[in-house]
Amino acid sequence: MHEVVAAPLMLEPEGDGWRLLLNGDWSLAALPRIEAQLKGLPSNLSGKVSCDWTQAAAPGISPAWALLQRLADIGFRDTGVVHTGNPPDFLQLLERLQADRHAALAVPPAHQTLEGLVGKLGRWAVVQGRHARGVIAFFGRIAKVIGEMFSRRQAVRGSSLGRHIYETGVTAIPIVSLIAFLISVIVAYLGAQQLARFGADIFVVDLVTIAVLREMGVLLTAVIVAGRSGSAFAAEIGVMRLNEETDALRAMGMNPIELLVVPRVLALVIALPLLTVIADAMGLAGGALLSLINLHIPVQEFTARMRESLSTTTFWAGLIKAPVFAALIAIVGTYRGMQVRDSARELGRLTTVAVVQSIFMVILADALFAVLFVQIHF
Amino acid sequence: MQDADDTPVIRVRGLRNHFGTQVVHDGLDMEVHQGEIFGVVGGSGAGKSVLLHSILGLRRPDGGTVELYGSDVEHLASKDRSTLVQTYGVTFQNGALISSLTVAQNIQLPLREHYALSEKNLDSLAELNLLMVGLQPADGAKFPSQLSGGMIKRAALARALALEPKLLFLDEPTAGLDPISAAAFDELLLYLHSQLRLTVVMITHDLDTLFKTCSRVGVIVEKRMISGSLEDMLRNIQPWIHDYFHGARARAAERETAEGEVHG
Repeated sequence: MHEVVAAPLMLEPEGDGWRLLLNGDWSLAALPRIEAQLKGLPSNLSGKVSCDWTQAAAPGISPAWALLQRLADIGFRDTGVVHTGNPPDFLQLLERLQADRHAALAVPPAHQTLEGLVGKLGRWAVVQGRHARGVIAFFGRIAKVIGEMFSRRQAVRGSSLGRHIYETGVTAIPIVSLIAFLISVIVAYLGAQQLARFGADIFVVDLVTIAVLREMGVLLTAVIVAGRSGSAFAAEIGVMRLNEETDALRAMGMNPIELLVVPRVLALVIALPLLTVIADAMGLAGGALLSLINLHIPVQEFTARMRESLSTTTFWAGLIKAPVFAALIAIVGTYRGMQVRDSARELGRLTTVAVVQSIFMVILADALFAVLFVQIHF
Repeated sequence: MQDADDTPVIRVRGLRNHFGTQVVHDGLDMEVHQGEIFGVVGGSGAGKSVLLHSILGLRRPDGGTVELYGSDVEHLASKDRSTLVQTYGVTFQNGALISSLTVAQNIQLPLREHYALSEKNLDSLAELNLLMVGLQPADGAKFPSQLSGGMIKRAALARALALEPKLLFLDEPTAGLDPISAAAFDELLLYLHSQLRLTVVMITHDLDTLFKTCSRVGVIVEKRMISGSLEDMLRNIQPWIHDYFHGARARAAERETAEGEVHG
């Protein structure tokens, strides 16, 4: 029996039991092959079995474990398994572990039943209910801190507020300007093509002015800021939660809402209207430039026409929405950040949720504003 | 363990590491032989973790050579590197379990990467490794965030053992554990060491662990390593080493070991 057989396993009868010859490579690398062979063992064997390790090269723990498991599945546990031919030391360990496993798995796993499913639905409803309460509580905590600011000077975190105004506002100026400029050029271009057919080129000015000031300036800015700062808020606060920094603050008697959430919300409420003004200006500049190049409307004529088309409310109808959008974006972002628990995946998921939800909220709020403004003839 | 040949498992020669102007290692030598449990100690900031990272190839040293099983780690072809990586297991200070995977999936991760195994087999191997480190099979379904500190250390060890390494690197395996869990971890380590014939390199601050488990110790002082048996260290007159091994805590740990004769 000295030639090496390709198969790692050979079964032959021996006395009133069986003899398993293990040969060839029995290391972890050979496990897939060994596994296939083990599967092929007939499952109706009885009597004793002796495993002969003489021919097994470099026996590994995992293949040995697979062998023991398979033998136990076949039903050799009770009759006993004997190892011969210089078996590896760790078999003793594995046999002990197998006994541990048997004891641990004595409790059968729960099956899915109708009751279980109803229970799941119920749990889901309870979780949703708690979630809704959590959102309201979060609003309440922010409102409380803002209220405290009037009586307690310390609650105003000046340096933090300044940093966030810089990060969410000042650093966003280039991208907001560029996008407002380009979008308004596109709108003016499309408008010019349509209006030129009626010889009503000059109305491009009205189109650009009203579109930019009432809707596009503020909406574009809000969407960009939601993508930039909403995600940043959620991620920053989320990482602090994972690091237990928020717990540390709380343990030192500081309120994370006051330190982390309120400065961000206030900063954005201040920064977003300012960004909107810049976006409005850049949008009008884009419209004027396109009118000059494409429609040959001189800048003086553009501004004169613009003044005519403006009513007193046009500019404010846009700007008044900015703080509301800002509050929505900041609250959604910080709330999602505060929800992060346990894992890096949660952090990624909630950051995504923060951006998607804040953009959705902004557009929803914009629709409500549109209806409101029509109703009150603003 | 007499059958081992003379090539040390790890041989570090003249290792030099610096961050900017701050020199961490300068001419550090270290040798670990087959079957040893080698403890690495040193003050905070002495460069224990940097040494570990250099040996593992996670950081390219600024000078010197690192040999594992006689081959220079730095000049290895990427295919040989990948084979080499499979011969050792590592646990990191905070477990470094992938937080989005369950414990069982963490253990299966290296197995999945390197071998084509069936799901049933992977489950069974996850179970094996969990049992081996003293966890329950049911713990496999939990996420790392649901585990206690001691369980995280064990789960990390289970993942390190998944590829059946012959060499194990442990970065502060008992840090942050209560004394009972730490002692249990020491027992587990000694048991696995004898059963699986492992060579272990362990960074530790835990004097109990050091006295109980380590057969040799390397101390990083003044950017170099002084290594020897625990008795050698107790006799060493270098000020830091003397303070380390003759402080109140060291004496207590020493006394305990002497009484128990655990490591005879």
